Amino acid sequence: MKIGTPKEVFKDENRVAMTPESALQLQKLGHSCVIETGAGVAAGFSDAAYKEAGVEVVKTAAALWKAADVIAKVRPPTDAEAKRLTAGKTLISFFYPAQNDKLLELCKGKGANVIAMDMVPRISRAQKMDALSSMANIAGYRAVIEAGNNFGRFFTGQGTAAGKVPPAKVLIVGAGVAGLAAIGTATSLGAITYAFDVRPEVAEQIESMGAEFVYLDFEEQAQDGAATGGYAAPSSPEFREKQLEKFRELAPDMDIVITTALIPGRDAPKLWLKDMVEAMKPGSVVVDLAAERGGNCDLTVPDEKIVSDNGVTIVGYTDFPSRMAAQSSTLYSTNIRHMMTDLTPAKDGVIVHNMEDDVIRGATVAHEGEITFPPPPPKVQAIAAQKPKEKAKELTPEEKRAKEVAAFKAQTKQQVTLLAVGTVLLLAVGLVAPASFMQHFIVFVLSVFIGFQVIWNVSHALHTPLMAVTNAISSIIILGALMQIGSGSWLVVLLAALSVFMAGINIFGGFLVTRRMLAMFQKS
Amino acid sequence: MEYGFSIAAYVVAAVLFILSLGGLSGQESAKRAVWYGIAGMALAIVATLIGPGSGLWLLSLVLIAGGGLIGWYVAMRVQMTEMPQLVAAMHSLVGLAAVFVGYNAYIEAARVAVMSEEARHALTGFAAILAHKTPVELSILRVELFLGVFIGAVTFTGSVIAFGKLAGKVTAKATKLPGGHMLNAGAMGISVILMLMFLNGAGAWALILMTLLAFFIGYHLIMGIGGADMPVVVSMLNSYSGWAAAAIGFSLGNDLLIVVGALVGSSGAILSYIMCKAMNRSFVSVILGGFGNTTGPAMAVEGEQVAIDAEGVATALKDADSVIIVPGYGMAVAQAQQAVSELTRKLRAQGKEVRFAIHPVAGRLPGHMNVLLAEAKVPYDIVMEMDEINEDFPDTDVVIVIGSNDIVNPAAEEDPNSPIAGMPVLEVWKAKQVFVSKRGQGTGYSGIENPLFYKDNTRMFFGDAKDSVSQLVNLIG
Repeated sequence: MKIGTPKEVFKDENRVAMTPESALQLQKLGHSCVIETGAGVAAGFSDAAYKEAGVEVVKTAAALWKAADVIAKVRPPTDAEAKRLTAGKTLISFFYPAQNDKLLELCKGKGANVIAMDMVPRISRAQKMDALSSMANIAGYRAVIEAGNNFGRFFTGQGTAAGKVPPAKVLIVGAGVAGLAAIGTATSLGAITYAFDVRPEVAEQIESMGAEFVYLDFEEQAQDGAATGGYAAPSSPEFREKQLEKFRELAPDMDIVITTALIPGRDAPKLWLKDMVEAMKPGSVVVDLAAERGGNCDLTVPDEKIVSDNGVTIVGYTDFPSRMAAQSSTLYSTNIRHMMTDLTPAKDGVIVHNMEDDVIRGATVAHEGEITFPPPPPKVQAIAAQKPKEKAKELTPEEKRAKEVAAFKAQTKQQVTLLAVGTVLLLAVGLVAPASFMQHFIVFVLSVFIGFQVIWNVSHALHTPLMAVTNAISSIIILGALMQIGSGSWLVVLLAALSVFMAGINIFGGFLVTRRMLAMFQKS
Repeated sequence: MEYGFSIAAYVVAAVLFILSLGGLSGQESAKRAVWYGIAGMALAIVATLIGPGSGLWLLSLVLIAGGGLIGWYVAMRVQMTEMPQLVAAMHSLVGLAAVFVGYNAYIEAARVAVMSEEARHALTGFAAILAHKTPVELSILRVELFLGVFIGAVTFTGSVIAFGKLAGKVTAKATKLPGGHMLNAGAMGISVILMLMFLNGAGAWALILMTLLAFFIGYHLIMGIGGADMPVVVSMLNSYSGWAAAAIGFSLGNDLLIVVGALVGSSGAILSYIMCKAMNRSFVSVILGGFGNTTGPAMAVEGEQVAIDAEGVATALKDADSVIIVPGYGMAVAQAQQAVSELTRKLRAQGKEVRFAIHPVAGRLPGHMNVLLAEAKVPYDIVMEMDEINEDFPDTDVVIVIGSNDIVNPAAEEDPNSPIAGMPVLEVWKAKQVFVSKRGQGTGYSGIENPLFYKDNTRMFFGDAKDSVSQLVNLIG
């Protein structure tokens, strides 16, 4: 099959859905690749680089759409582009089918197959093609960089000869992929980072990235992310009030606020209200990653950067991934490549559009003249149901001390009991057994004791040599045989001779093999 | 020679044996320790030969030399992967020797008992010791030799079966005759009755019947234990062979036998304890075979196993700074240790930190993996125990799991209903990337799914371990 990528026609879109690297990988699957001239220039990939990777470069978009069987692109197609589709062609791109039903209808009318990269289900094995996550990751990083660009101070605190610089305080609202990426970037730049999310189970992830989770004391807050496929769900009005109250309390302290809160299929919730912006210090920055869906901040203007009356910069760009086109093209083209890998199971360049496969079924929105959106729920549950987790209680020093004392007492008690029982048993044996037996018995007990003391110190690595050497010395049984071999009875002599012989094998075999093993242990 | 000389020699020999075992606490001192053991054994034999009571010198020496030759031949020829079999086979010899020596003691006792007073005074050696025993001492002797023969017989057949299982000659699966443990318990009960009868004057038939029963118990007990529990079995048999020697030592009135028997016995007992602890199971449950009952359905495993080829693994290794290799029984089966060592050498030459993580029950013998790696010339200071290395996994770039399964199964920690719940495992899944070298998609010994294989950071590297690692060596080159 021929896979083609046209130049993106959307204004200011710099990304491209195929890179020379991904083209090489696609060719390994048995496909051939074609690209429109200049498609990769904005992302830093020249036509020459594509040619070198064995990609055919065509002059016009029309020629490309004609030549390719599979068209991979980034943005949803324009109407003009969609009209170029014909029956049997497959389009892979972001599509947002819920909002673009007319476009979907148009594609269906053309009989083309459409795979929407934004519809890839969120299950483990589909992560490699989860383009939303890879783009969100970039957006989160870029949001911090953009904030830093508009923020007049350092992120990290410094004590310099020219005076002390306090560290910047950053609040991230919404700890999805973008939020977590933003947390990582902000903490590695040295800022003090706080993060908030309505899903309590992400607290651990937030803390693992180095930010402080902003706890909300609220009874009903236990939302189970598993029920909604890992996304946040709308919260109750009471919860929202509590949340806004918390934000109001934090606003005056924060230098940078990055909001990433989105609920699938809805407008972005308003979380950073006008009065919070007003409470912020002049020079502070708000970056609203939800701007495309109306914004989390009251004052956000999509695609623009504005400065509020009190000097707070509010960034409402919606094209963060495109601003890092080289990086985002690399990741996006890899997502596409993984999708193609799943579509060509035999690696022979033949596409099998398997509608039984959860991932392919979920992402396909139009197939052979039918609209296949929305997909049925996936057979595999996305995320294991959340288990109630009990946090280990922090022990106070007194409690610890008490515990230690109790453990010590228990140990003493156990030892004393054992000793007492042992002594009683020994005495009981001594009452009936003759003195000659007791002599041997004492030797035996002491030897067992020495054995226990000595063997505990043997290192784990030497357990096999230990077994071999104990095996060798257990052939001390030869002494018994040697003492008996001088007997008068022929049967005794025979049995004793056999025992001597077997023990002989054991002695030599055991010691030699031990030596061989130990000689092998070498220090580097 | 005087009797006192023998005793003195025995004391020295006993001290040498203790030093020999104590010296195994470190790799360097162990090399010296084995010589202590050899010296102790030589001293003990010489002292016995020239001491009172022995005869047929020449025959004894010839037999020792003959046996020694076989022992030497076997020890030089054996492959390090075959160590478990060898150790098991040698235990069986000790067991059988204990049975024979026990029989001899009985025969001698019977012979002495019917002698006249003058004839008794003329006796030398072991018979003379017997002749001077009081009736109470004689009945104690009977208990001791009865026990010695019993333990020796169990050790013998048990070791033979363990040898067969480890060498692949007997099926490694746990198989039991109908009746299961009741058969063992029954045989055990009859043995106790026989002992009481034997004490009260029953003849040789009681002893022989008990021996047969003990042979059966040894056979049936070990048949019922599966392949992966072999580390426990072998160390348990090791322990038994010691106790048998100690029991015989009592009946012969020989302190050195008692001392050494007790040392070996306790050593084996401790090893068994350590192994059981590493599997979070009680000794009894291992011996009785099978896994404990689960309390509910196991957690369903989600996702799919993602395969990767050698090139992918090689690329990841090139990018990694720290690598941990987790070997298991599969490495021994595939004889991959040389290739693994070569890979380690190359990675270390490139300045990467390479370490090995050894689970206490990896392999079929305690410390099996350490010996295999040592054979392949992997320096022992990069071979770590579970407790030493488990905390380092989160900071590790790449983990390669070679032929192990249950010891890296996260279900042990995550799923309270798993049959292996609570067993301490190597937390490899916390590393950034995990590659699992494995022959196919089967489950481990315990027959449970391993969620590790389905984790997002895990890639399956299917194929024979030796071939797979060799490919990596070429690609890293």
